[in-house]
Formats: sequence, C-alpha cells, structure tokens
Amino acid sequence: MEHTKLAIIGSGPAGYTAALYAARADLAPTLFAGQKSGGQLMWTTDIENFPGFPEGITGPDLMINMRKQAERFGTKILDKDVTAIDFSVRPFKLQTADTEMTADAVILSLGAQSIPVGVPGEQEFIGRGVSTCAVCDAAFYRGKRTYVIGGGDSAMEDTLALTKFADSVTVVHRRDQFKASKIMQERVLSNAKVKVIWNSSLKEIRGDEVVTEIVIEHDGTSETLPTDGVFIAIGHKPTSELVAQAVALDDHGYIVTRQSATKNGVTAANAALSEVGLVAFPSMTSVEGIFAAGDCVDIRYKQAITAAGQGCSAALDAERWLESQE
Amino acid sequence: MVDFYAEWCGPCKMAAPVIEELATEYAGKAVIAKVDVDAESKLAQDHRVMSIPTVIVFKNGEEVERMTGFAGKDGYVKMIEKALGE
Repeated sequence: MEHTKLAIIGSGPAGYTAALYAARADLAPTLFAGQKSGGQLMWTTDIENFPGFPEGITGPDLMINMRKQAERFGTKILDKDVTAIDFSVRPFKLQTADTEMTADAVILSLGAQSIPVGVPGEQEFIGRGVSTCAVCDAAFYRGKRTYVIGGGDSAMEDTLALTKFADSVTVVHRRDQFKASKIMQERVLSNAKVKVIWNSSLKEIRGDEVVTEIVIEHDGTSETLPTDGVFIAIGHKPTSELVAQAVALDDHGYIVTRQSATKNGVTAANAALSEVGLVAFPSMTSVEGIFAAGDCVDIRYKQAITAAGQGCSAALDAERWLESQE
Repeated sequence: MVDFYAEWCGPCKMAAPVIEELATEYAGKAVIAKVDVDAESKLAQDHRVMSIPTVIVFKNGEEVERMTGFAGKDGYVKMIEKALGE
C-alpha cells in the first residue's frame, strides 16, 4: 500500500495552501483534489477581495494558479475522491474508488456545498430553468425574467451576473434585509433591473418542459409568479459527511478544532492548553494527527483568504506535530 | 458525446481535461466533441442547453442521454459505455 507523510483532502484555497506550505517543508504531501477540483471558487467570476490582485482575478484562474504553485514544490495531486477513511489506526487509512493509501497525518479541507431549498420542482428542473450557478448560466437568460433565491454574497453575485443578460432579476429573500456585504448589496440595490421581494420564501417551482412559474409565500399568502429561470443561492453547509463518524462535529456539521470560534472550540482549546498558556496545535481536530482548515471548520468568516490562512496554519501544525512524533 | 461549454465557466474548465482524455481513450469507438456555446448559440438553443457544462450523448443521430453539471470522469465513462453497450 502506498504511504505518504501527509495527506490533504480537498482542493479549495485551504487545501492548496496547506499543500504549498507542506511541500516547501519537504513533506512531499499527497493532495486528493477530487474529481471536481478547485472548490467553490470554480463557480464564481471575479474575485476582488483576494489581496495581491489589484485588478481582480477570476475564481477559476486563481484556483488553477494555486494548484500550479502547490505542484511546483512537489505536491502529488490526485484528481480522485476519497470515499472512505479510517482514523482509528496509525498510520491513518484513506480509500478512493480504486486505491488505498496510508498517511502519518491528514489535513481535512473538505469545503462546503450549496444547500437546496428542498421544494417541489427544484431537482426536477435543474438544467431546465433551475440553476445553482448564475455565473455559468446567466447568458442563457438573455431577455428573460429571472428570480434569485437568497440574501448572502453568493445571491448578490448571482443577481449581478444575471443583470448583464436578463430583462428582470427579482431577489426573493426570507428576511427584511440582506446579510451580504455592504458593497455587494449596494451594487444590487442600485441596479435598475433588480427588484427585491422581502420576507418571502420559495414554495414550489412549476413548468412543463422548462420552468414557467414559481410559487412564493409572503405573510402567509401564496403568490404565483411567471418566470423563465430560478437561481438558488440560499447558502452553504460544511462538507463533513466523510468524517462524521471519525472526528467531532458541532451541531451544524462543522468540524471542531481548537480554534473553532464556538463553545466546542473553546472547550477543545482549554483541554489543549500548555503550562505557559499556549494552545497546542490549534488546527487539530478531536483526533490527534488529524487537522482541519477552511469552510468545513469555519462557521464565521468563510472567505477565500481566511481559508487559505487556515490551510497554512494546518500545514505548520501538521509539520510540527509530525516532528514531535519522531 | 458532445460537451457544451464556454470559456468563462469554471466547472467547464474542470471538465475540459477530462473530455480531452476521453477523446483519446475512445478514439475509433466514439466521437467526443465540444461546442462553444458563445460561438454556436443557435446550436445550444436547438438542443435546449440552458446550463453548462451540459454533455449530451447521441447515438445514430438521436439524443440518448444528457448530463447537466460536471459529472466527473466516471460519470461520463458510464454514459459512453451505456450507449456503446446498447
């Protein structure tokens, strides 16, 4: 069976940054990028808040660059999904569809995935008027009537992407204000094509071959609205199913580390305090030798740059922990 | 098998190298092609492509299966094998 000192699972900013640091520390890490490599930024357009790119950079370009940089220093990248793990034995075991590998330490940078609303018609009409990627699909809605469901930054980005093509973009949000960043909100609210329906939720998506109308609920009353496209952007949940039985998760499915900004995290940090008051290996999970970084841990910030920073921390912690084991 | 894609689509960029590999692996057995939806918007419209990447398998000129969103190499291999086997 093949063995690696450090295995990294995930290929978003956290995973690639961890790989870059670990590779430069001569750990020759193996990174499981998954069949769908690059993480959530592959679904975005311009990234304007990642420092170092004054003119902005596209999400896919940023991720392709990060991958190249990690590879340059000797990261072995496998475009395979890890399908099973065993963290109860040392070295730890990782399985893909056709291979098995052992690792002395593992960094989990599993990311997050978009949440479906869970209403009738949503799954049925995917690709036929329902989309989770406005950036990808906006151009097909030239001159059409579209709706965006959600109120965070990704909903704002979807809305702006649609305004370039669609005749009208209506945002349906269940509260009376957006939680998106101020700058994104301002761009959306000042766009003449955009309308907002506050305090409302999506109940059903209907159509024949393609979507023709949606049903929303507002103050307890239903309303049917004709539409050509519905873009779902209500938020994300941590991708942690793979390790749910192996490491401690919080109530929302986030992996708990000693630097999690939650009660669980504080408890874990307290238990790992050294005599001089330092938290040992802050990015370590409930299992010694297993570290975690990025959106699968981060209940608070969820930015490309914070994920990259956490990936760096996890690699440095893993490096130090591996040295302590020798 | 036809891959409808665009230059500005992230998931399409993930799919691109996989589609290239399949074109080599299935040379002589299946034709693997790609369509830039920006350059060929009518073709995309004719096949009711409203989301990319969309991959459509044609057999004897008829559509037999389609997949919206990047399916990974395994997903595409299954589609081709199924069409070849029938």
